[in-house]
Parts: sequence; C-alpha cells; structure tokens
Amino acid sequence: MNPRSARGMNRRRFIARSGALVVSFSLLPRLAGAQAGKLPGSLSKEPMLDAWIRVGADGRITVFTGKAELGQGIKTALIQVAAEELVVEPSRIELVTADTSRTPDEQYTSGSQSMQESGTAILHAAAQTRAALAELAAKRLGVPLDKLTIRDEAVNGVPYAELVAGQTLHVRAQPQSPLRDPMTRTVMGKPLARVDIPAKLTGQAIYVQDLRLPGMVHARVLRPPSYGARLKALDSAAAAAMPGVLKVVRDGAFVALVAEREYQAVTAARALATAAQWDEQAKLPDSKEIYALLPKLPSQNTVIHENGKSATGAGIIEAEYRRPYQMHASIGPSCAVALYRDEALTVWTHGQGVYPLREAIAEMTGMPKERVRCVHMEGSGCYGHNGADDAAADAALVARALPGRPVRVQWMREDEHGWEPYGPAMLSKARGRVSADGTVEDFQYELWSNSHSTRPGPAGALAAAWQLEKPFAPPPPRPIPQPTGGGDRNAIPLYRFANSRVVHHFIPEMPLRVSALRGLGAYMNIFSIESFMDELAAAARADPVEFRLRHLQDPRAQAVVRTAAERFGWQAWKKQPGRGRGFGFARYKNLAAYTAVACEVEVERDSGRVRVGRVVAANDSGDIVNPDGIVNQIEGGIVQSTSWTLHEAVAFDRTRITSRDWGGYPILRFPDLPESVEVHLVNRPGQPFLGTGEAAQGPTAGALGNAIADATGVRLRELPITAARVRQALGA
Amino acid sequence: MRPLALIAIVSAVCAACAADPVAPEAVPARSSFDPGLIAKGAQLAAIGNCQVCHTAEGGRSFAGGRPIETPYGAFYAPNITPDSETGIGRWSEVAFARALREGVDREGRNLYPAFPYEYYTRLADEDIRALYAYVATREPVRAPNRPHELRAPFNSRSLIGPWKALYFERGAFQPDPARNAQWNRGAYLVNGLGHCGACHTPRNALGGEKKDERFGGGVAEGWHGPALDARSPAPLPWTAEQLYKYLRTGLDDVHAIAAGPMEPVVRNLARAPEEDVRAMAAYLEALAGPPSAERRKKADAALSQAKGASRANGRGAEIYAGTCAACHDRGREAGSGGALPLTLGTAMTIPTSSNLLRITLEGIAPPEGEPGRSMPGFADALTDGQVKDLAAYVRSEFGRAAAWTDVDEELKKIREERR
Amino acid sequence: MISLDVNGKTQELDADPATPLLYALRDHLQLNGAKFGCGLGQCGACTVLVDGRAVFSCVTPISTLAGRRITTLEGLGTPEKPGRVQRAFIAEQAAQCGYCIPGMIMQAQALLERTPHPTSAEIRKHMSGNLCRCGTHMRILRAVERAAREP
Repeated sequence: MNPRSARGMNRRRFIARSGALVVSFSLLPRLAGAQAGKLPGSLSKEPMLDAWIRVGADGRITVFTGKAELGQGIKTALIQVAAEELVVEPSRIELVTADTSRTPDEQYTSGSQSMQESGTAILHAAAQTRAALAELAAKRLGVPLDKLTIRDEAVNGVPYAELVAGQTLHVRAQPQSPLRDPMTRTVMGKPLARVDIPAKLTGQAIYVQDLRLPGMVHARVLRPPSYGARLKALDSAAAAAMPGVLKVVRDGAFVALVAEREYQAVTAARALATAAQWDEQAKLPDSKEIYALLPKLPSQNTVIHENGKSATGAGIIEAEYRRPYQMHASIGPSCAVALYRDEALTVWTHGQGVYPLREAIAEMTGMPKERVRCVHMEGSGCYGHNGADDAAADAALVARALPGRPVRVQWMREDEHGWEPYGPAMLSKARGRVSADGTVEDFQYELWSNSHSTRPGPAGALAAAWQLEKPFAPPPPRPIPQPTGGGDRNAIPLYRFANSRVVHHFIPEMPLRVSALRGLGAYMNIFSIESFMDELAAAARADPVEFRLRHLQDPRAQAVVRTAAERFGWQAWKKQPGRGRGFGFARYKNLAAYTAVACEVEVERDSGRVRVGRVVAANDSGDIVNPDGIVNQIEGGIVQSTSWTLHEAVAFDRTRITSRDWGGYPILRFPDLPESVEVHLVNRPGQPFLGTGEAAQGPTAGALGNAIADATGVRLRELPITAARVRQALGA
Repeated sequence: MRPLALIAIVSAVCAACAADPVAPEAVPARSSFDPGLIAKGAQLAAIGNCQVCHTAEGGRSFAGGRPIETPYGAFYAPNITPDSETGIGRWSEVAFARALREGVDREGRNLYPAFPYEYYTRLADEDIRALYAYVATREPVRAPNRPHELRAPFNSRSLIGPWKALYFERGAFQPDPARNAQWNRGAYLVNGLGHCGACHTPRNALGGEKKDERFGGGVAEGWHGPALDARSPAPLPWTAEQLYKYLRTGLDDVHAIAAGPMEPVVRNLARAPEEDVRAMAAYLEALAGPPSAERRKKADAALSQAKGASRANGRGAEIYAGTCAACHDRGREAGSGGALPLTLGTAMTIPTSSNLLRITLEGIAPPEGEPGRSMPGFADALTDGQVKDLAAYVRSEFGRAAAWTDVDEELKKIREERR
Repeated sequence: MISLDVNGKTQELDADPATPLLYALRDHLQLNGAKFGCGLGQCGACTVLVDGRAVFSCVTPISTLAGRRITTLEGLGTPEKPGRVQRAFIAEQAAQCGYCIPGMIMQAQALLERTPHPTSAEIRKHMSGNLCRCGTHMRILRAVERAAREP
C-alpha cells in the first residue's frame, strides 16, 4: 500500500532529458518595467535580489533564507523553488539558512509560514535573477531576448558565472515576476529526496549538538527546582574541585559549571545541585482544578467574530472542552555553543528566530546588537518555542565569562521537561442549535487561554535572564491578533452559520511557563469545534461528513472533505460493536492549508484502551513544491496529534513540575500507532503556497474524539482521552 | 509417608472425585443486573486481579491465553468472557460460584489450583454474586482455550482430587470477633480475593501450601514473593501507611518500587476502593507485628548507609560505580535521574538472587501509557560474568548477608526465558 | 587508559571508567551517530550495538566494555556507501528532524540480525523502546520492512 498519491499534474515536457535545464526565453514571460505594488513574500522586508540569490564567479549558486530547517524539509523545498526558476540542477545550489550575518531577517520559522514568506520571496527572486541574467546576455551578445536559450547554466553558451562576472545582482526586486508556467516544471512539484537526510543518517556533524570547535569546553547550568525558587545557599567548593572542572560561573542566581570533558561537567553538576539549597516559592494551582480556575482569572475579553444575532430558546446544545498543559518534549534536549572573542559574541543555536534571539541576547548582555551573531544549526524537532533560546542565552552568559573559549551548554532531560514553555491549558465552551432544515442556526464559542507566545524578543523572555544579579522580568504578554491568532487561532470556524459569535478570553497571568506549541490554539479549538459539529450533526440526524459540507462554501474545503471521506470509504463503512469512525476538518488559521482526516477506532471497554485503525487524510497546501515533504508533515502531524490527544498532560504538584522525564510524561510508542496512515494531496499549481506543518493536528484530534464517541456512545471532551478516562466514562 | 505414595493411596480411594455437571444456561443480559452490583463486581475483580491472569499480552480482556509458568509447566488461563462457545457464556451463577468455592468447572471437572480457588473459597456469597454480575457483562470474545503444557504426572487431572483432599480447605471466611472491622476486612481480602498467599507462602513439591509457614515467602513466575510476616526481609519495616501507598501506587518513599508480578497487582489495586486497600495494609502491618529491637537496629544501619558513600573495591564495585551509582547513589529525591539507595531494597536481602537479577536485566517500566518511574534493563549491556560480579557485590555491600548460592542457576533461567 | 573496540578499530581513551559509552563516543571519539536524548535509558536515541545486541549507550559505562564489540551508526556505512538499513531509511525518506533515526537504525539492525524477516507486529514490539517525537513512526516501520526485503 503506497499512501503517497501525489496527484501529479499533466506535465507537458517539451524539454529533452539533458535539457531539463533548457528553457527558451521566447516562451517565458517578460520582466515588466518598473512596477508599483507590494513585493511578494519576504521580499517586502528585504527587497534586494542578491540578498536572496548569488551567482558566484566560480559558478556556485548560493540561495539565502532567513528561515531554518526544523526537520520539516524546508531546505529541500526552497532549493527546489530556486532551482526551478533559475533553471539549474538542485544539487548546484547551496542554501544558507538563518544567520544574522548572512541571511535576510525573516524573524521566526514558525506558524507554517516558511513557504508563504520565504518560498514566495525566493520564487520571485530566482525568476527575476534569471531574467536579469537574460538581460545581461542579450546586451553582451547583442541578441534579442526571444532568441536566447538557457542550457546547463548558460545563456546561449555564456555561463551564468561569466555573465555575472564579479558583480552581484544588487538590484531591487519588482512586484511582478516572469514565473515559469507551472505546466513546464521539472523540479517543483516533484518528490525530490531531502537534501539533509543522508548526512543525518550516516552520522555527519549536522546538529548543533554535534558542533565541536577547537578548545571547546562543556557547561551545565544549575536550574532551580521550581519557578521563582531563590538560591539560599551554595557551597560550590566541592564541585569546583572535581576532576576537569575549570570554573563555576556566577551572576546572581545564574550558576553554571564549566569542565573540560562533557561527562566531567555532568558529574560535577550533580554534585553542585546537591550542594545547593533553595527556598521554593512557587504556588502552582491544583492541577485537578485548573479548568475551574481559568475562567476566574482576570482576562481581556474580545469578541473576535460576530454575525447575525445569537438567540436563546429551546434546543440549545452546550458543551465544554478541556485541554491540559502539554509539552514540546523535543527528543533532543536543547543545546547551544557560544564563543565570546574580541568583544564579539557568536552563538550557534537551534532557536527558531535568530534575529529576535540576537536582540534578546544583546539586551541581556548589554552588548551592541551588531557585535552579536546568531547562527542557526539544526536541533531535534522543536515544535515551537522550546528550550532552544534559553540554552543559547545560557551559553552566551558562560562564554562571556570565558573569553576566547567556545562554550557548549547541553540541557539535561529534566531541564528540558521542567523548564520549557508549555502549550497552555485551555478551556472552551460551545453552544449551538440546529434549525428544522438541518443547518446550524446558532453557534457560540468562547475560549479561555494564556498567551501562546512568550518568545524572545525581549531579554525578559529568557529563563537565564530571570536569575541574573540584575534580572530581566518577562514582559506582560499580549495576544496575537486575528486573523492569525494565538489561543484564538482557528476559534472562528470556516463553516458558514446563520448566526455566530466567538469570544476570546485572553488571560495574562501564567501559573506555568507557556508559549507557542505547534498549532497554538488551533489544536484545541479545532478539537472543540469539530467535536461540537458532530454533536450538532447528531441533533440534525445528519451524517457528519454531509453535515460539514452543508456549511462549507469554499470549494477547496469541500474538495479535501470529499477526498478524505471517499478514500476512507465513509459511505460503505459498517458499524461493529466497540468500533467507531470519526471525521475532522479545518483550514489552518483559515488562511493556510486545508486538511480533512477520517479515522476509525476500536475501544476496549475494560481497559479503556483506544486502538486506532485506519487514518485517511486529504490535504490542499496550494502549489505543491515537494509532495513527499507534505505527506511527511501530515503523517507526522497525525501521529503527533494522536499522542497529544490520547496520552499527554504535564503533571505538577502545588510547587513543582513533576513531569521531568519520559516516565513522567509518557508519549505514544510504536505499539500505540494507528494501523495505517494514508495521505492524499490535492495540488493547486500556480496558487500561493499554503503552510502545512501545523495543518493536521487539530483535524486529527477532532476525528479521534468523534470516532471514540461513535464507538462508545459516550462523548469525551477532556484531553487527553486516556484509557483511565474512557474507563471512567464507560463505567463497569 | 512420602507425599507421592500418599497421593497414590488417596487417589485409589476417591477414583471418581469429579462432581456433577451444572446444566448450561446462557448468562443473563446486562439489563438484568443491577448496575451497582456490576460496579461492585468491578472493584472486587480489581482486588482479585482477575484480568491479569486471564488476558494475554496484547490480547482482549479476559479472553485468556496468557501462560502462567510454574514448576509443573505452563498453565494457559482460559477465556472467561461470556462467549457462549469458547468462554463462560453458558455458566450460570451456580456454576460460577462452584468454581470459586470448590474449584470445579461447569462440566464437573476439577480445576487446577493454578486457579487460586483455595483462596477464593473464602469469598462471601454477595461478593461472588457481584463478581458474577461483572464477569457475565464483559464483552464476549471468541477465543478457544489453549491446552496447558504440563509435565507428567501433573498433566493428569485425576491427581487434583487427591491434592484437594490433602491441601484444600473449603469454606467462607470467618471473622475474628477479637479483632476490629478493618482488620477483619483486611484479613478477608488478603486471605481470600487478594490471594496474596499464592505468591507469598511457601509450597511443598506438590504445590500445597505449607500451612505452618503462611506468608513466609513464596515463588511466582520466577520471582520471589518475600515473607510478609515477622520474617519480612525488608530492610525497613513497613507501616500501614507505607503499605497503603505501595499497594495503591507501586511506590513508597523508603521501599523499592513494585516490580515483576506486583506491578499489575498494584495497578489493579489503584482501581479498588480506598478503604479496602487500607484494610489490607492494616492487616499486613499487624501480620508482621511490631519490629523487634534487632530489626530496628538493622533498619537504622540501612538508613545511615543510604546516606554514606563508602565502597568496597573489586570488579563488582567497579561495575556498580559505572552502571548503577549514577542513579542509585543519588536517592529518589534527586529527581527523575535518582533511584532508591540499594541498601533499602528487599531484592538484596531475600534468600534468592532471582529478583535482583530479573530487575537488573529487565528493568522496570511504568504501565503502558501511564506515568511512573522507570529503570532501564541491562540484559544486553552486561555479560554473564559482569552480572555475577555485580550481584555478589550488591548482596554483600547492600544486603549485608552471606553470598547467594543460586546466581548461576537463576541467571541461566532468565537468559533462557529471554531467548 | 581504557581500550575499546569501536567499529572494528581499537580506540584508547583517557577517561574515567564510569563514563557512559555515549559520552566516550561523542566527546572523545567525535562519533556523532549516537545521540543524547535523555541519559536515563528511556528514549533510545543513544542506541548502539554491543556484541550485536542493542544497548543504550547512555547507561553503559566503558568499564564494562573491555573485549566487547561495539558497533555504532558509523560502523554500518559511510555517507558514500551507506549500509543496508541506512539505505532503506533514506529510500523511504524516513526522517523528519532525523534526531531519533540513528537510534532507530541501530535498533533495526539488531532486530534484523536475529530475525531476518520480522512480522509487522514484531517490528512494532521490538522498536517500542525507541521514541520518535516528530511522528515518523510509519515511515520507520516501512524502512525496516524494506531493509528486511533487501538481500
């Protein structure tokens, strides 16, 4: 069974085999003269072509992106985009990612915006670069443009490198580009093998965790046992005297131990931890009462959507949904390397935003921004704002205390689990009614949530900065405005209802440290809304899929819904005792990719265990650059969401986080996997790129919740839907 | 007279020891049972641990198929779902009660005492009724029973009759009026439904309880069930509060975490009524009695050693220092990377090396999907020679007792099982 | 000095005998395959082979490894000539961030050396000690099945 059915388009290949790189200019659109209008994608922030594309005199083509490879395959996709428009082999391109010294500032690699922002910029920059090369050739050869042909990186025999001849194409981009006809593509839309995979699977030094510099030393930071704990006493003499220990760095309550060898740092750090005495102050809420607490906390309340008039009256259905704190729980704890030399600081980090991080570190250390360089190196999947920026801050502080020596800080598992900012606990309430004609007459939705972003930015976002002699306080959180949203992301359904109203209760007070976890509020809001859609469908005595189609006007939404249902075999599915099927749909942010998921489950009454059977998804991400990359992201999102939905919740007592390792925060393991996962793609060549990386999680949760309800006849609304909760709900 | 000869005589005497069949009768529908009774049955089943033996690994609940290894061979627990063909779907309550009280199946055949009816016989009538309500309303699963794989002569049911005559005392539990209600409840559960003696009481070669050594320590699936009475080998004596915590969560602050067969037991007891588990804990504390002066001295020594760090030298010590010390020297308070100092662990003080070896090789994993403490296994990281050196070291250093004599044998057994 | 046989080569290490193999491999020998995931034997990112058996290198001290055959990811193949399991993972594009994959490859190698044609259920069970956070599991299973099919 091959689940990758990238619906290929009909390629008219008038290009010979070796001439995959042959394009005649007579068939290309012309670059128009000077134009007015907004520049596409990130070109609007960085308009110079050679900030994105450089053709070297040696023929090497370098493409720059301000985005970072997080494991989502963006490097490969961006190379494909550039290769297509430049008419070169992908292997000829070197891609430089997020580096404050070398690449454009594209802020964070987050929100599934890399293709929309960077992909679009590179698409246009490459097309305009190709056009500029053509102009240069025309001028040089005295030949009209429509008599030019590109073959093997040369225009009418003159290599790109020669055309460029030492000058960079330091020209401003135009709003319109002579983009190649999607029907003629040979690179974009193909499942090109990921450029980074072979090196990772053969042990080459790719991750920041693998970085080794001459003279590098190893550091470990002494972390408090709980939020706000005060360091009462610390006699570091014994630890400092242990083999290999070079220094104990102290700045206020920020304490780090540095040793020659990594294991020396580990053992000495343990001794240091034993010698520390803390005054613990944290008063965490009762984790069993968190959903009663959230609506009581002060909140900023915003009606983010209203149409028509919400009514009261008979037939109203109400439901409340709950989502606990959940973790990124990156498989590789955060790590960074920093070097402070000649009053300049370089930090190698896997943080998602090297430019904002650089600002934060500059502020924290009091250094001028221009003297701080942040370079992205890959880490393990981060899924949002995890400990990466904090590890970078740790390394920066320690490096400043040991000028000239590269310092490596590796967070331990307990550090990452205990100190990463979590996805916030959320509460939602839905009320609605169906009318006699079987459509939703009234839909009201409100949600309560903390901020979903406390990223650096400011130095006060960095955990190390809270411990300094002159500490930085976290700034007051602010909600991310619609249409993107934070906690309210996807709180406004794509469905068209006669009357509807959506309220966002933004809670500034954060009992636990929280920030962006993949999908932000979308995961929970889609779970809630999709669960509620089924409850409304039941009231209308309608099939869940058909009911959704009734309320969707967008043909692309309808297409993914129909595709998923058809491929799953929704119509023909036969109900058996203990088994159920469920459906979930959303358009991420109502702006990005469309995803529909259908699944079946079997629920074991006595153990409460949910076994997931077939999962079938359909996705529309606009113009597909790499179909396998999209399938990989959707498959991964489905499995990750299954883990969140059935297993995950951060545990804490009244003082401390108690989920400090995998034993304390179980996630899905191989035996819990669905039986199979299929992903079907709908390609829209020529349409804008739509972000995919966070598109599957919400619909999967909806589908699972609905399938479990179908299987058991009982509706479970509190995440995670653990075996214990299912057992309790079903009774003996 | 030697046991086998006795058996032969008794066997000749009661040739037809089997009973009459009970007529087949479809189990009643769920709607005919009071939901409260089913719920009560669920709680009792949690104490009785029925689901553990009657469910195969990865299999459907109560559908049988799990092998239970004994010195007599492997028993395969039957399907007790109410499937009419392959389960107990045609067992009336009378047949069910007889199985628990008498150890006889619906057709009148003797059941092997691997099914612990010598304990279940103590159940009160209303509890049997509740258990029936629970068992009869489980999801029916079609799964034919797997025949036992027993060594001769144990593969003949005709031996069971004589065995019963010698070792089986029928009859419901009789409370002791001299004791309070909680003690009696605990005694009822521990000696009956909980069937703790099945693993914690020594048996003779024919599998009969050594009645005068009740709770003196036993064997279950290769693991040693330590003595629960005054002979308890636990370095620190158990209080009722500690026992309650352990039975409910598998973890108490100053004792080792539940391992091996105790893991599923504590997982099920987490679902039992709180007052029942407290009663069991109270009974067990009373069973061990107040610790003697000598025992208290040993406990103090164990506690102070837990804080110290002096070590002997040698190969075993070096293996311990590299493999175990990083976690076990730090103590649990150190967080997820810290574990119980071995001086407090019963595995080091019991007469056999089996538990220590099993834990070292297999590790301890929390129940699937549930949070808990875990320990990695070292079966492939350590060679046999290294395991033996390590075992000898921890026994002498932390068990403070004479060397085990069964390490080679137990290690061989475990390696065979893992093959 | 401690002597270790790593991928068929004898390596002399000046390290505390209690040093877990993971740190010896990464910090002393610059072998990047085995990864630090937890240091507690819970995630499998550090999986290597010792005498052909999968072992968590983060809880295995080098003092116990004298005279034993250690195989790391680097011992299965090179970037120019990846080994059978590596080839299968690359062909299936079985990676997202890729951090857990070396451990998965080693675990799969151990399985296939003992059970050349494992069933799907056997693979799932065998791999259960290794965690993946990106959700690449389905591809990992396909990669193991693919490797099993190759001669």
